[in-house]
Amino acid sequence: MERRFTSDVRFDVNGHTYELSVDNRATLLDVLREQLSLPGTKKGCDHGQCGACTVLLSGRRVNSCLVLAVTCDAAAVTTVEGLSSRTAIHAAVPPDEPPTLHPMQEAFVAHDALQCGFCTPGQICSAVGMLEEAAAEEVDLDEHEIRERMSGNICRCGAYVNIVAAIQEVAAR
Amino acid sequence: MKPFEYQRAGGPASAVATMTHPGAAFLAGGTNIIDLMKLGVTAPDLLVDVSGLPLRQIEPLPDGGIRAGALTANTDLATDPVVRTRFPAVALALLSGASAQLRNRATIGGNLLQRTRCRYFADVTKACNKRRPGTGCAARDGEHRDLAVLGGSPQCVATNPSDLAVALALVDARVELLTPDGPADMSVHELFRLPGDHPERDTNLPPGALITAVVLPATPIARLSTYRKVRDRSSFAFAAGSVAAALDVRDGIVRDVRLAFGAVAHRPWRAYAAERMLRGATATVDNFERAADEELAAARPLRDNAYKVPLIRNLTVGVLRGMTEASW
Repeated sequence: MERRFTSDVRFDVNGHTYELSVDNRATLLDVLREQLSLPGTKKGCDHGQCGACTVLLSGRRVNSCLVLAVTCDAAAVTTVEGLSSRTAIHAAVPPDEPPTLHPMQEAFVAHDALQCGFCTPGQICSAVGMLEEAAAEEVDLDEHEIRERMSGNICRCGAYVNIVAAIQEVAAR
Repeated sequence: MKPFEYQRAGGPASAVATMTHPGAAFLAGGTNIIDLMKLGVTAPDLLVDVSGLPLRQIEPLPDGGIRAGALTANTDLATDPVVRTRFPAVALALLSGASAQLRNRATIGGNLLQRTRCRYFADVTKACNKRRPGTGCAARDGEHRDLAVLGGSPQCVATNPSDLAVALALVDARVELLTPDGPADMSVHELFRLPGDHPERDTNLPPGALITAVVLPATPIARLSTYRKVRDRSSFAFAAGSVAAALDVRDGIVRDVRLAFGAVAHRPWRAYAAERMLRGATATVDNFERAADEELAAARPLRDNAYKVPLIRNLTVGVLRGMTEASW
């Protein structure tokens, strides 16, 4: 029998259903960026050590660089593009209206929670997932708790002080 | 990465049956094996995805134990209220490991089978008896600050990287298996091994076997257990050394105690000699120090990892002292 190195998968990304043929080797990160033209999710280390590729997979934050796309059949993925009301390639609001940002995105802007911005989509997706986890566990998010729970997201510019402040503001709402 | 075939397992039995295929490997959370495939350390011809199998239940047992399906996410075992009450060391060990993103994806069965983080194992240009038997060990004379001080062999000084495994060794956990010959189970003490002349074998898992569950046997003293880890940064790092401990002190006397050390050996290191010395002894810092020294007398550090011996000693004393004061 001929060996097959590709597979057919069907999964949702930011509310849209995709049916794709993927190389078995392709990570979810690479498929998002290269096959689905969603470059918001960033490739930092590609080894699960930096968190730049964080997305929500069936509601939970994961490193998309360590998820094979072929394993995502029937899953629902949310990337940073899916957090605002208008994604990069799917116009959910008319083009003349400004998109509505997710509260976490607004807080990152308001607190200047970045310098170069490369880790920011991962930080924001991770923070959104983290708030859900903390709510489910009924944990109070003080600065220490936020830093521990966000330790999977490295910011090489060291914008941590403002990142924590942004998350704290949203957590307090 | 080398191209490979991919199959979703229809059930545990068919998953185990596919392991007769040459070059087949199981895929669960994938957080270690996918990384190793990217690095060229492992190159399976067929990935059998077991992540969809119904092995995610956390089941409190009436006798006080807990059975957790092997595909339980690290996050889910760590945050389970019954685990936190009956086995706090297990929850704390899990939460001290990796990052939240990794804990959400990683499974407890996969956690036990993750490979060492010895940098020479991960670097295919270097000699490593674990990766390629007979090529030598670049770590002995190289960067070995993170590596074993107990139970190493001339062939290998790798450490087991799992925090969970240390807590499981503390509570004499068992793993349930499905093997090509049918269901089986083994203690974590039998599962893990020292490298000896076969460092390529991390475990004594039978060929083709699938871990289907982790069982935490009823262990009353485990309610009084903890896990403390020292690492190079305050979060998201492998241990330089760690201690899991359970202590029952009454009227200043150690009624019962259990100790296990992490990041010091090829397997989680249950400190039986220290436990024997402490049972029935007075709960004093002097006795804690003597017990730790007794256990660590077997340590054979390398050029740059001798710091682990006093680190584990002080960690042990600090943990036992803290638990004793908390019992007043």
